[in-house]
Amino acid sequence: MSLGTGQDEVSFGRAAGHGEGTAPKPSSLNVDASGLAIATIGLAKRFRNQMAVDGIDLAVPRGTVYGFLGPNGSGKTTTIRMLLGLIQPTGGSQRLLGVSMPAGANAVLPRVGSLVEGPAFYPQLSGRDNLARLDAADRAASPRTAAARIDAALDRVGLLAAAGKHYRAYSLGMKQRLAIAAGLLQPRELMILDEPTNGLDPQGTREVRSLIRQIAADGTTVFVSSHLLAEVDQICSHVGVMRAGELVFQGTLEELRGRGAARILVRTGETTLAARVLDRLGLTDVHVDGREVTAQLGELAPEAVCAELVHAGVPVAGLDTPRASLEDLFVELTGEGFDVNG
Amino acid sequence: MSTADVAAPAAGGQLVAVARWLRLLRSELRLTFGRRRNLVLLAVLAAVPVLLGLVLRFSSGASNGGGGGGNGSPPAFLSQVTGNGVFLAFLTLVVESTLILPLVVAVVTGDSIAGEANRGTLRYLLTVPAGRTRLLGIKFTANVAFCAGACVLVSAVAVAVGAILFPVGPVTLLSGNTVSLGEGMLRLLFVTLYLAAAMAALGAIGLAISTFTEHPIGAIAAVLVIAVASEVADSVSQIDVIHPYLPTHWWLSFDALLRVPIAWPELGHGLLSFALYAVIFCSIAWARFTTADVTS
Repeated sequence: MSLGTGQDEVSFGRAAGHGEGTAPKPSSLNVDASGLAIATIGLAKRFRNQMAVDGIDLAVPRGTVYGFLGPNGSGKTTTIRMLLGLIQPTGGSQRLLGVSMPAGANAVLPRVGSLVEGPAFYPQLSGRDNLARLDAADRAASPRTAAARIDAALDRVGLLAAAGKHYRAYSLGMKQRLAIAAGLLQPRELMILDEPTNGLDPQGTREVRSLIRQIAADGTTVFVSSHLLAEVDQICSHVGVMRAGELVFQGTLEELRGRGAARILVRTGETTLAARVLDRLGLTDVHVDGREVTAQLGELAPEAVCAELVHAGVPVAGLDTPRASLEDLFVELTGEGFDVNG
Repeated sequence: MSTADVAAPAAGGQLVAVARWLRLLRSELRLTFGRRRNLVLLAVLAAVPVLLGLVLRFSSGASNGGGGGGNGSPPAFLSQVTGNGVFLAFLTLVVESTLILPLVVAVVTGDSIAGEANRGTLRYLLTVPAGRTRLLGIKFTANVAFCAGACVLVSAVAVAVGAILFPVGPVTLLSGNTVSLGEGMLRLLFVTLYLAAAMAALGAIGLAISTFTEHPIGAIAAVLVIAVASEVADSVSQIDVIHPYLPTHWWLSFDALLRVPIAWPELGHGLLSFALYAVIFCSIAWARFTTADVTS
């Protein structure tokens, strides 16, 4: 490559590969004005003949808790590994905190904490020594403050009392928390957590969930992948849903809920008559179940339907417009095989 | 190698980068030399001179024939040991360099990247980010340190055992000259370092193979197969035209250091061979590791 003149630099500017130490130039290419913590355009990964991630456009606003959902094998972990520079995309581009990846990995990753596919540490070392090992690997970490930062991180995840224990003696919940502590060794602008509650008991799940809430409360953007709907429902403000390598939905949790087609439920003794009225009004998917009749509401207002029912002489004992559950929405988005339990 | 420190200000940044590099190296060395498996391997290496010494000491009456049914030529230095304990070190180095030392080097270096990948710790180190080239440099340096440590340990234990079991005095070299005990020890040090360089070259092969798999056992086996196959090929005289290019061919050339004058060409060839193997295989390791997808 020629070291050269300004003209040459233009053509080489974007060709910078995934080399080490290619600190991103402060050019306009690397400044992201849109305030996105994670932004990908057409991000894709092909493994031999299989498209693991098929051109996704992620947009994770700063300061949000973004739930990255999808069945097992839908490409979530592959996406996260690409975001962190562990694997090379075969297509598209990606920015972390406005910095192009993987070219800017050395510059941006110190500002990103992560937990990828479960905890992994040296079994013969204690929790504290394991964190010291990772801290030693960090070029941006000062050895003078290491001991204090390590203890603070351990304290934050409630492992300070068990800090001297060998990692192999840790329970799964403790291992998971140690992995989160590794992400907290430095102040982070973004935390990327891949299935942080995987394999945890309800108690452990609660602990991790409250930890994520605390991290988010400090202003850190949290990107958390999960296949557990309840988890996302409780902690996330934004959601992306993956299905077979494609991003089939992205938006706020409210927007996702709004997608659910509204239904109407009528409680009555005269179910046959009620069903006939709903049918006549043009409602689809009419079901009779015991003393209840349900149907897709479509564009009609529920009160108009009620008036019609009463007008037709149906004794209406109760009327409801149940919202589709999050789970129904997911099944709708990701297809029937959704693996709720993992 | 890029060791640019992204966080440190420009002034003194280079110094900080070096300090941080040393910090990671210290962590790596603690891990390598603190691991129980590696300590057992080192103990095995150290046990060989003890056993050899005891056998030679207490069977010295029968050591005149070198074994009637044996393959004829006893290892070099065998007959000198009972006369001078220092030779136990040379004998041990010859004996261990055929199999035990390469085995130990294969285990440690074949495991260096593959072991991290297998445990999953590699993805955590890389997302820190440790830097791929930087981590590879650390691994190579730690491997070299381990090879040197292993060779020095063997020599030191052998000299100690030799001094306890046998008389020690001025050293008679292979060329027939006799040098003082001090100079003999100095020559032993150079022999030890020469063999450490040989092992470090094998270690570079181990490091390269280690970047291609996440199964450390596979990498270890591959390194060992290469070492043994090279030694076998080196003993087949019909293909002696390739002998100088084999990775193991120059290992025992350290006896050049035990002559007056020292046989420098022989020694130089050996060191050149080790350096070339190290450069080639480190390049392969770098090319692979800096572009590989980490999926473990």
